Amino acid sequence: MELPGFVFYFITFFTMGGIYAILCLALNMQWGFGGLFNAGIAGFYAIGAYTGAILTAAGSDDHVGGFGLPILIGLVCAGIASGIVGWMIARICVRLKADYLAMASIGIAEIIRLAIVNEEWLTNGSLGISRIPRPLESVFSGRQSEVFFVVFVWIVVAVTFLVARRLQVSPWGRVMRAIRDNDAAAASVGKDVQRFRTETFVVGAIFMGVAGALSAHYFKFFSPDATEPLLITFLAWVMLIAGGSGNNIGAVAGALVIWAIWSLTEVVTQQLPPDWATRSSYIRMLLVGLLLQFVLQRFRSGLFPEKSPKLRVSDDR
Amino acid sequence: MALVPRIGFDSVTMRFGGVAAVDDCSFDIPAGKITGLIGPNGAGKTTAFNVIAGLLAPTEGRVFLDGDDITALPDFRRQALGLSRTFQLAHEFSRMTVIENLMVSARNDIGENIFNAVFRPSSCLDQERQAFEKAQQTLAFLEIDQLAYELAGNLSGGQKKLLELGRALMQEPRIILLDEIGAGVNRTLLGKIADKIKQLNEERGYTFCLIEHDLDFVARLCHGVIVMAQGNVLMTGTVNEVRRDERVIEAYFGGGKYQDAS
Repeated sequence: MELPGFVFYFITFFTMGGIYAILCLALNMQWGFGGLFNAGIAGFYAIGAYTGAILTAAGSDDHVGGFGLPILIGLVCAGIASGIVGWMIARICVRLKADYLAMASIGIAEIIRLAIVNEEWLTNGSLGISRIPRPLESVFSGRQSEVFFVVFVWIVVAVTFLVARRLQVSPWGRVMRAIRDNDAAAASVGKDVQRFRTETFVVGAIFMGVAGALSAHYFKFFSPDATEPLLITFLAWVMLIAGGSGNNIGAVAGALVIWAIWSLTEVVTQQLPPDWATRSSYIRMLLVGLLLQFVLQRFRSGLFPEKSPKLRVSDDR
Repeated sequence: MALVPRIGFDSVTMRFGGVAAVDDCSFDIPAGKITGLIGPNGAGKTTAFNVIAGLLAPTEGRVFLDGDDITALPDFRRQALGLSRTFQLAHEFSRMTVIENLMVSARNDIGENIFNAVFRPSSCLDQERQAFEKAQQTLAFLEIDQLAYELAGNLSGGQKKLLELGRALMQEPRIILLDEIGAGVNRTLLGKIADKIKQLNEERGYTFCLIEHDLDFVARLCHGVIVMAQGNVLMTGTVNEVRRDERVIEAYFGGGKYQDAS
């Protein structure tokens, strides 16, 4: 059965939109609940992508592996690797105040990027890793594999959303929000601020790693270009702020809305005269930056503002 | 109360650079009483509170809770032992509702475990129910139950102080340190806060130590008073003894006589 072209446009859109939704939900765990300003999202994304790629790609002489392992194992290991790096960073940086943590995390993401470019034995450097499989490629070929992949991505989105939601409505999530609002007061009611911050940073890092691995499987090829902070860190932040930080539905909605705008601006900038088109990515960045300004001025808490979760034990509200 | 709440503050020195905010200072806070900690600005009262609460690690000296040395315990572990405090400037959890502010202050070991939160979301429900009931009782006691579902950030200054007192009450405290709970609170509400403190002390045996500049408020509540000046204890006694003491008057208002005499 042949599906019309615009359907595939939507499939492409929702695949990347889903991957961004996972990133955004992960960032929401760190920033929305936890108040941790992670400006190094691209670093965790890259660690997840390379872990997944090396473990699942077909064997190659250019880099370690690939080991041709099943994709699910690759995804889990991508999360674990990213989580371990997140834990190490959290041990050092979580004590820092928001703006200093932002600076430290930018620096760490840059270190990760440079390590990936330069450690050619591990990552094949700037040439990247190819022959990364998609799930069930033997069953679904060609465009069918894209259809299956978008379903696969959204299953992972659903799992991420479920985890984020359970965290948010739990007493753990309440402590997290208390720490975000006032860490000294949270300590004064007996909460181990460092422990909670480390936990939320690690959980966020795990899902960022998973998002990275998914993108590697989607593109079937992964190089350092794909970890461009402007494309990952900047967009994920715009998405979360626009969607509503602290709100999981807002995180998903923000990811889709901003990704739609981002994709549309690509269509628009392609129509520009040639010497403008070369600068199109900067023009798109400018447009999205302006949009963020507008959102911050007009809708400070985003499309879906944070709401305190309904108390699970009361019936008199 | 079965336990004997009491703070021992033993030869504590707290230095910031060259300045000793608290200088070889010792005092006891008796169990079951309301103790006032007064003194002019810069006397070291809040620093002493922060050392007791564990926010600051003293340069020298030790802190005891019921005879146990807690000097090396991090702040959140002291609070878990029942050492509660309120802050000079309101420290509410502003983007959470009032009832959440209280519930988060209860101990909920099961639900605060991240694995239970993700994999066993119902395991915390019993503790949640207890925390909810206790929060409702606390709000009713403080007469702010009508604000239960208001965001804490929207409360007035005085209401925030009541909320902080409520948060401290959620933890079965052995002692509550109140840092200028009356500052910036209007007379009517201040009277109400004083009544609540008195009631908690007389009916439930709670121990309080409070820093306060308003001597009428201190006189109305405190069984004993510790006067601090220049990082040390100037004298201890009842409010009336302290009020008449020349050294205290001079520490507050300045003057040559005391300085010459010392």
